[in-house]
Amino acid sequence: MDRFNSERSSHHILGYRQLAAVLAGLLLLTGVTVGVSYIHMGFFNIPVALLIACTKVTLVLLFFMHLKYEETIIKLSFIGTVIVLVTLIGFTFWDVAFR
Amino acid sequence: MSETHSFYEISSPPGMTGIKSWLLTHDHKRLGLMYLAAIFFWFNVAMILGLLIRTELMSQGRTIMGPELYNSFFTLHGVIMIFLFVIPGIPAIFGNFFLPIQLGTDDVFFPRLNLFSWYLFMFGGLFAIISLFVGKGFPDTGWTFYVPFSIEVDTNVSLTVMAAFILGMSSLLTGLNFVTTFHRMRDKSMGLMQIPLFTWSLYATAWVQILATPVISITFVLVVMERLLSIGLFDPARGGDPILYQHLFWMYSHPAVYIMILPGMGVISEIIPVFSRKSIFGYKAIVWSSMGIAIAGSLVWAHHMYTSGMSDVSVFVFSLLTFLVAIPSAVKVFSWVATMYKGAIEMTPALLLSLMFIYLFSVGGLTGLVLGSVGTNIHVHDTYFVVAHFHFVMFGGTGFAFFAALHYWWPKMFGVMYRFRPAYVGACLTAVGFLFHYVPMFILGIQGMPRRYYDYLPQYETGNFLAGFGGYLLCAGIVIMFANLLMSFRQGVAAPADPWGATTLEWKVPSPPPVHNFVKQPDIMEFPYDFSGIGNQPGAGARTGDR
Repeated sequence: MDRFNSERSSHHILGYRQLAAVLAGLLLLTGVTVGVSYIHMGFFNIPVALLIACTKVTLVLLFFMHLKYEETIIKLSFIGTVIVLVTLIGFTFWDVAFR
Repeated sequence: MSETHSFYEISSPPGMTGIKSWLLTHDHKRLGLMYLAAIFFWFNVAMILGLLIRTELMSQGRTIMGPELYNSFFTLHGVIMIFLFVIPGIPAIFGNFFLPIQLGTDDVFFPRLNLFSWYLFMFGGLFAIISLFVGKGFPDTGWTFYVPFSIEVDTNVSLTVMAAFILGMSSLLTGLNFVTTFHRMRDKSMGLMQIPLFTWSLYATAWVQILATPVISITFVLVVMERLLSIGLFDPARGGDPILYQHLFWMYSHPAVYIMILPGMGVISEIIPVFSRKSIFGYKAIVWSSMGIAIAGSLVWAHHMYTSGMSDVSVFVFSLLTFLVAIPSAVKVFSWVATMYKGAIEMTPALLLSLMFIYLFSVGGLTGLVLGSVGTNIHVHDTYFVVAHFHFVMFGGTGFAFFAALHYWWPKMFGVMYRFRPAYVGACLTAVGFLFHYVPMFILGIQGMPRRYYDYLPQYETGNFLAGFGGYLLCAGIVIMFANLLMSFRQGVAAPADPWGATTLEWKVPSPPPVHNFVKQPDIMEFPYDFSGIGNQPGAGARTGDR
């Protein structure tokens, strides 16, 4: 198998301390989500909730799913899927906005 | 090389025999052939249904079936052809068989997942069959399952969309396998610009499969939830939006057109240089156009919705984007024709079918611009013009590319040569029948005949009769081609490792290949289409003894 590209990649193992820190961060952000839901911010209610959710997703992707330690091609693949999703949803919302 | 045992003789995993060695195989080649068997069955079923539809339409009024059966038949024809033949056809059969070999490796990255994909494919087909016989029978919605009709109708919509859901999973997992294999299993000495164009086309297709298929899967789940729970997602009376369904459906189903055509383009990019004995013109341009089609083709879905009530701004933007897709498609056509220019062209059935592909696909592509333009689209929307355009691209394009691939790789897959003359006869009859079948539909569409209707006005009878006549010719041609290929087993003329004088890696291994593909480490060429060492070899006809 040493003639294949798969040998080029190496596996990074996260320590328990790091994983625990990320988990604590996620739990904290969950608490923040619940907390801000009691604060009336008008238009900003949804953007703030989405911002916290995006931060949590980023933590999960980077550390639990090892994206931080992967090769460039994996990172590019992931970013590509996000761009596609944003485009698909954006175009649909755009249609509704101009109807 | 001849002393090696082929993958037919040695199972993977080792030690299994008989039917078990096939049903539990991890070998990408066996799985490719298992897809071939299943897809061959479905293609014939859908072809017969299509012929029955056209027979019904050959004369006005009832000819051989009633309107309900007719509605179910055209839906079934569409669902089978799309989900069980055109989408999986080239990637699942030829992609599975040849992608690992062209990349210089011994299998796909996830062999068990590959087997699982095949089982999903079979279960999806089984669901489609079950939906024929239970409840109120097969849906009469057309393959698009548009709401609100698909939510309200009594027929078996839920079961059928679940079948499509399962088939989508199969397609997605195959795409995932190909992308991973492309990046992880490729021979270390093979750079990105040394990869054969068929594999590049499969890679571009695989990304569309991965990104677009979940959208249709979710949409089908929403349809089932609407039918079971009446949530109102698509019901304006309850704050829903019926156009949202069309957005979601076409977000997948237009890119799916490129899932269908891109592998076909990859096949043509393999065949043209081999039988022109000339390096492919514009290798990098073809690679980038494949990726360009995959990207731009994912952004044009709403050109199916100009008359749906979508905003004018969106209509304008999607029309513009639709015209942009024509550019990478035209790059490919130009490259194929330029490859043949001043080449030492040697006619074979695979090349003849490829030339037919170029012609028919070009007509399909150009009539696509008529539909992409808003003004003309509104005139011919939902008419037979659309049916003709769609079939020129999907059948004239992907269908002929499938036949070309079958004739090109048949000796490699089965180790036997077929006769050329019946193949030429079958191919020509298929092409003539195709033109008789679909050209009248362009005219019927411009005259205003709506698609999917059971009956029509008297002025459309001649066109419909001609189309039906063409349909019979078309099917006769296909039967001859298939029969000729199947007869090759009886004739038993052994195929050499490289009967065509081709250069890509699959022609460097025995026919049929051994279980691990390569008996020694493959020698990766600096450029996959370098014919400088092939030029003086005798032609394919001389080697097979059949002109």
